Amino acid sequence: MKKDIILAGVGGQGILSIAAVIGMAAIDSDLYVKQAEVHGMSQRGGAVQSHLRISDRPIYSDLIPAGSCDMILSVEPMESLRYIPFLDKEGWLITNSKPFRNIDNYPDEQELFDEIRGMSNSLLIDADRIASEVGSRKVSNIVMLGASAGSLGLTMDSLESSINGIFGRKGEEIIRMNIDALHAGKREAEAQLIS
Amino acid sequence: MDKLVLLGDEAIAQGALDGGISGVYAYPGTPSTEITEYIQRSVIAGERSLHTDWSANEKTAMEAALGMSYAGKRALVCMKHVGLNVAADAFINSAITGINGGLVILVADDPSMHSSQNEQDSRFYGKFSMIPVFEPANQQECYDYTYAAFGLSEKYGLPVLMRVTTRLAHSRSGVRRMDPQPENSLHTPDDHTQFILLPAFARKRYRGLLDLQPSLEADAGQMGYNVFQDGKDRSKGIIACGIAYNYYMEVATKHGLDYPVLKISHYPVPSNMLQEIADATEELLVLEEGYPMLEELLKGALKNSYQVRGRLSGAISRDGELDPGIVGRALGLADSSGNGIPEVVANRPPALCKGCSHIDMYNALNEALEPYGPGRVFSDIGCYTLGALPPYNAINSCVDMGASVTMAKGASDAGLRPSVAVIGDSTFTHSGMTGLLDVVVEKTPVTVIISDNSTTGMTGGQKSHATDRLYQICKGLGVEEEHIVELNPLKKHHDENRDRIAAELAHEGVSVILSRRECIQTASKKKKKSATK
Ligand SMILES: Cc1ncc(C[n+]2csc(CCOP(=O)(O)OP(=O)(O)O)c2C)c(N)n1
Repeated sequence: MKKDIILAGVGGQGILSIAAVIGMAAIDSDLYVKQAEVHGMSQRGGAVQSHLRISDRPIYSDLIPAGSCDMILSVEPMESLRYIPFLDKEGWLITNSKPFRNIDNYPDEQELFDEIRGMSNSLLIDADRIASEVGSRKVSNIVMLGASAGSLGLTMDSLESSINGIFGRKGEEIIRMNIDALHAGKREAEAQLIS
Repeated sequence: MDKLVLLGDEAIAQGALDGGISGVYAYPGTPSTEITEYIQRSVIAGERSLHTDWSANEKTAMEAALGMSYAGKRALVCMKHVGLNVAADAFINSAITGINGGLVILVADDPSMHSSQNEQDSRFYGKFSMIPVFEPANQQECYDYTYAAFGLSEKYGLPVLMRVTTRLAHSRSGVRRMDPQPENSLHTPDDHTQFILLPAFARKRYRGLLDLQPSLEADAGQMGYNVFQDGKDRSKGIIACGIAYNYYMEVATKHGLDYPVLKISHYPVPSNMLQEIADATEELLVLEEGYPMLEELLKGALKNSYQVRGRLSGAISRDGELDPGIVGRALGLADSSGNGIPEVVANRPPALCKGCSHIDMYNALNEALEPYGPGRVFSDIGCYTLGALPPYNAINSCVDMGASVTMAKGASDAGLRPSVAVIGDSTFTHSGMTGLLDVVVEKTPVTVIISDNSTTGMTGGQKSHATDRLYQICKGLGVEEEHIVELNPLKKHHDENRDRIAAELAHEGVSVILSRRECIQTASKKKKKSATK
C-alpha cells in the first residue's frame, strides 16, 4: 500500500490540520508516514503545499517524485492545479470550489472549473457550503478530507479517532462538528461519483 | 520508548533534550525556528528549568552557549545558515577554545532560498573551523545524531556542527526515543586558561586542534555514521550526502538500480572511504544538497583518472535543492513529470497581511518621499521587506540584518539626501543598534524608521527583545529626543503621519521614527486565546 498525496492551499487555510489527521490515522494503522510542510515566507498569504506520503514499507524521500502523486487534495481551486506536474496519469484531483482571492489577476472562475472538470479524475466540492451546513465554514478543510477519504486507504474509524486525538482539547462541540464535516464530505464525494 | 511523529527540527530538539542539555540559545530563522519552539513547549524543559529564552541575535546566542559549556553543562545553539555569518567570530574561535560541557551548533541551510537571501552551505564552516560535522538524512537520524553529538563534543573537547536543510527541518516522520540523560553538573574547566585566546595560549590551542584532525577523520570512518553499501552494478558509484541519500534510494528502489553507495553523514570525510568507492567503480556521481563541496575535493585541480560527476560537471544544476526527479535525471532516467501547470494558474506570492501596520507606514512614507523621487530607502529583513513588491515598491535594499541603517549612513555620507532606513523592531535589536550608534556619533543625516509590530513577525511571531524598549534604546544611544518621533500607523492618521515623516526627512541630522502598531497576526492570536479562557 502506498499513497502519495499533495495537500494544497493558501497560507493560513489549514492544510496542515488535514495532514495531521491523515498522518495520525496512518501511524495508528501501523503505516510509515512522511510529511513535508512549508513554513516561513510563503505562509504570508502565498501558495503552500504539503507532500504527504503513506506506505506499508519504509519511505525514503520526503518529497513526492514528479508524476507519481496519487492525489492532489486542495482547499482552493486554483491551487489544486499548481501541482499538476506531480500528478500520476491515473491520479485524482479533489478540490474545494471556493476561490480564495488575494491577488489582482485571479483567473476567471469558469475557466478554472473547466480546467478541473477536464481532468480524467477530478472532484469539485463546495466545501464551504457543506461546512456551513454542519455548523461552521471553519471546518471546510475537514469536509475536503472527508471527500478524499474513500481513496486514502484508511478507515473512517481511524480518521475519526485521529480527529478525536487532535481536536480533543477543543471540546465535544468542535469534535462533533469536525466528525460531521468528515462524513458530509465523504457523502458528497460518493454522490458525485455515482451520478 | 514511544514513537513520536516529529519534524526534523523537532527531532533535533527532542534529541537535545534527551541528550541532557541545560539550555538552548537561538535567534529565530527559517528553517531552524521550530527547534527552540519545541524545547520551549516541552515538559522536560519546564521540569528541569532549562534555559530556553530567545537571544538578541545569533552571536549572543553562540557566546552564551559557549559560556554554559564553560560552566560544564551541555548547550545547544540553533540558527539558520546566514545566522552563522553573524555568529561566525564566536563560532570559529570556539573551535580554538574548545568546550567543557558538550556544545552543539545546529545550522539549518535553505537551498532554493525558500525564505532566505542566499543558499550558502554550512558544511564549509565546519571545514573552516575544523570541527566534526553531522549531516543527518532523516528524522530518526536528526534525533540520534543530536543525542550522540554532545558526547562526541565532550570526547574531543570540541564543538560539533549539525547541518540540516529545509526539507528535513520541515518534514515529519516517526521517531523512536532513547532514555533521557541527566544534565551535567556545574564544573568549570580543569584548566582555567583554556578559554583565554591570548596569542601565546591560542597558538597552543590551535596546534592541539590541528593535531586532532587525523583522529577526527579516522573516527568518521569508523563510528558508523558514514556507510558504504555495496552494489552489483559497478559502472557507477554514488556518493550521497545527508538528505540526498533519500532521493537516491527513492529512485534506486523504484527503478531497481544497484550501484555501490557511500552515504556521508559525518565530516571530515574519511579519504579511505572515498578511495574505496572510487577504486571499485567506473565513475562517481556526487549528490550533495548545497554546494559541490565533495565533488570539488574529489575532482581536484589536476587531471586524474577518476570520472566525477555532480553539480560542477553539469550533471546536476549548480543551484537549488535536490529532489527525486533531479537525482533520477542525473542517473540517466527520463523525466517523470506529469502534465505542465495549466496556463490559467496565476502566481500567488507572499504578501503583507490585510491590515498590517507596515502597509500604513509605507503608504505614509511613499507620499512623504514623493518630492524627492525614488531610490533612497534602505530596508532590511522581515515581513516589511514585502514592501519591495507592488503596489508599494517602497524599498531599494535588503541585504543582511541591520544593513538598512548602515547602508543609509554610507549613502548619506556619499551625499544622498534624504537617506532613509526602514527596519523592523526585532531586526533593530538584532543588529541595527550598533549601526545607529555610528550614525549618532557622526551626526549623519539619516532618517531611521523602526516599523515596530511588537513581534518577530516573519518567523511566526516570537517575542521581540525590542518590545517597550525602543524609545529608551534610541535615547540612550544619543538620538535627540525631539527627533524621536512616535507614529500610530493607521489609515485615519495617514495625513498626520505623512507630514511628520516629511518633517524628519527635511531634518539635516539623525531622526528615528517609531511607527508602532501590533502585528495583526499576534493580536488575533491573543484575542482567540483570551476568548477560549
Ligand atoms: C542573520 C539572520 N537571522 C535570522 C534571519 C531570519 N529572519 C528573517 S526576518 C526575521 C524577523 C524580523 O522581525 P522584525 O524585524 O521584527 O520584522 P517583522 O517580520 O516583525 O516585520 C528573522 C528572524 C535572517 N534572515 N538573518
